Amino acid sequence: MVGQVAVILFDGFAFGMLLFVLSVGLSVTLGLMNFTNLAHCAFGMLGGYVTVVLIRSMGVPFLWTLPAAFLAAAVVAVVLERSIFRLLYRAGELNQVLATIGIVFVAAASAAYIFGTGQLPIQLPAFLRGSFEYGGQRFGLYRAFLSAVAVCVAALLVLGLEHTRFGARVRAAVDNQRVAQGLGIDVDKVFAVTFALGCGLAGLGGALAIEIVGLDPSFGFHYLVYVLIVVAVGGLGSIGGSFIAAALLGIADVAGKYLVPGLGSFLIYLILVAVLFVRPQGLFGRR
Amino acid sequence: MALTETRPMQARAWIRRQSRWSVYEVLFWLAALLPFYFMPTYLTLASQVAIAALFALSVDLILGYAGIITLGHAMFFGLGAYCAGLITKAGWGEPLTGLLIAGAFAALVGWIMSFIIVRVRHLALLMITLGLGLLTAELANSMRWLTGGTDGLQGVDVWPIFGRYDFDLWGYTAYAYALVVLFLGVLLARRLVNSSFGLSLRGVRENLNRMPAIGSPYRRHLQTIYTISAGMAGVAGALLTQTTETVSLDTLSFQRSADVVVMLILGGTGRLYGGILGAIIFMVARDQLSDMNPQYWYFWIGILLVVVVLAMPGGILGGLARLVGKRGA
Repeated sequence: MVGQVAVILFDGFAFGMLLFVLSVGLSVTLGLMNFTNLAHCAFGMLGGYVTVVLIRSMGVPFLWTLPAAFLAAAVVAVVLERSIFRLLYRAGELNQVLATIGIVFVAAASAAYIFGTGQLPIQLPAFLRGSFEYGGQRFGLYRAFLSAVAVCVAALLVLGLEHTRFGARVRAAVDNQRVAQGLGIDVDKVFAVTFALGCGLAGLGGALAIEIVGLDPSFGFHYLVYVLIVVAVGGLGSIGGSFIAAALLGIADVAGKYLVPGLGSFLIYLILVAVLFVRPQGLFGRR
Repeated sequence: MALTETRPMQARAWIRRQSRWSVYEVLFWLAALLPFYFMPTYLTLASQVAIAALFALSVDLILGYAGIITLGHAMFFGLGAYCAGLITKAGWGEPLTGLLIAGAFAALVGWIMSFIIVRVRHLALLMITLGLGLLTAELANSMRWLTGGTDGLQGVDVWPIFGRYDFDLWGYTAYAYALVVLFLGVLLARRLVNSSFGLSLRGVRENLNRMPAIGSPYRRHLQTIYTISAGMAGVAGALLTQTTETVSLDTLSFQRSADVVVMLILGGTGRLYGGILGAIIFMVARDQLSDMNPQYWYFWIGILLVVVVLAMPGGILGGLARLVGKRGA
């Protein structure tokens, strides 16, 4: 019994950490610009496909494809931000939602056209395959690796936000955009860089996700719901909030699917509605 | 068209002027009768379009007029559809009362949900509407004994309308029935939006904070319109059940919630006929392109969405109105 609980916690935490990497960028950009970017997971899908292509057709080692996935998503994000997204900042929530959903449609259709609609599995390097044993229970090695990467990302983000000049600018812009602008902070540029970093992280998340949840053209939609739940429950612009919300969501989801498989995702949605009903600004949000 | 003075008589005259029937509206309804004579093979499609149009109209009431963004309105469409189907399975196949009961049931659920909806805004609102929609879909999927799960609800049997007009294979009855209900829906919506109540909804859409300041109980207004909209969506769902004699889980899906918003944006929000025009274009285009893999069809929908949002903020009707306005000036 204790062993089973440990496995559920371990798997759930790993899934939660995957959601954290996928969603933390959206949390920061939403808090910064109030820009409702529903295409966030499409960048994750892009990162995933970059990894698949690099491994399958060029034989690049898995670990090297991760930075490539990050970079590819970040570069595409900058291009889209400068061309389309910046026109939408003042366009109102509904228009942002629609335009970014449109981009998800386009991304999903393009992925289906290029890669087909099936799942694309990858072969992991030997040292990430298999499992290790602890206290009589077996734990997946890859899930441990995933959790470690996510915790590193979280630590880097917190350090970067708290202890660098750029981080201070981001925090100022999140707290009060107008005053930050008045103090001479180029909020526009801060946002462009943050947006690229956030989407790059989504790309990294997409690459990490292949082994856990698989990769197909519906990725951009399917995980959007999870990511939005993390952002909404965690509170906008809060890295710690996203981390905790992601971990809780991952554990709740895995526990629900292990223990009461008949209910499906019902529990998750119920919790989502309940949390937002009591605290519309999220568990850790201030606004 | 700003009111310079606010004497009561002038305000009333302004509202009356707004609610006058225009030539275009009359022409539109006459054109809606054309399929009976010129395109009898497309009557089934026409009835589907009318149903989608009614659904889009219900979303327009809350999204276009009251500014409540929803990503989960298929919830009420699906509830209405299942309710209508279950009534016939319980042995009562009379369509008109079935329609009313289904609409009333959806409205009741909408009224309960409205207490949650009016509390939240922005991202939380998006997430709550999305969450409630997904929740309902999951619930219907897991309650297999009631809804038939992924197989859909089988054995729906609808009696003829007034005991005389049976639902035929060609869709004469289906289209006439759906068109009449759509017309009644438009009449109701016209009456609503061209009233002081409709004006106060637009006030909420434009500036939520000022409405309480001028003494308008905006929460109650939002609850009222949300309930009406839910009921209308339920009626649309019930129409689908009665004209196709089957219900599938797809009536509750996120896809349907997203499609209806796409139709509305395409046609133009806050214009009554925007959703109807959008439904016509969307459904006809999808029917014509049905050989295409649905995934590629969504590529063009995506492009269209981006273009409409960036280039035509008022949708097609908004663009047309601007053109006509320019020529008139």
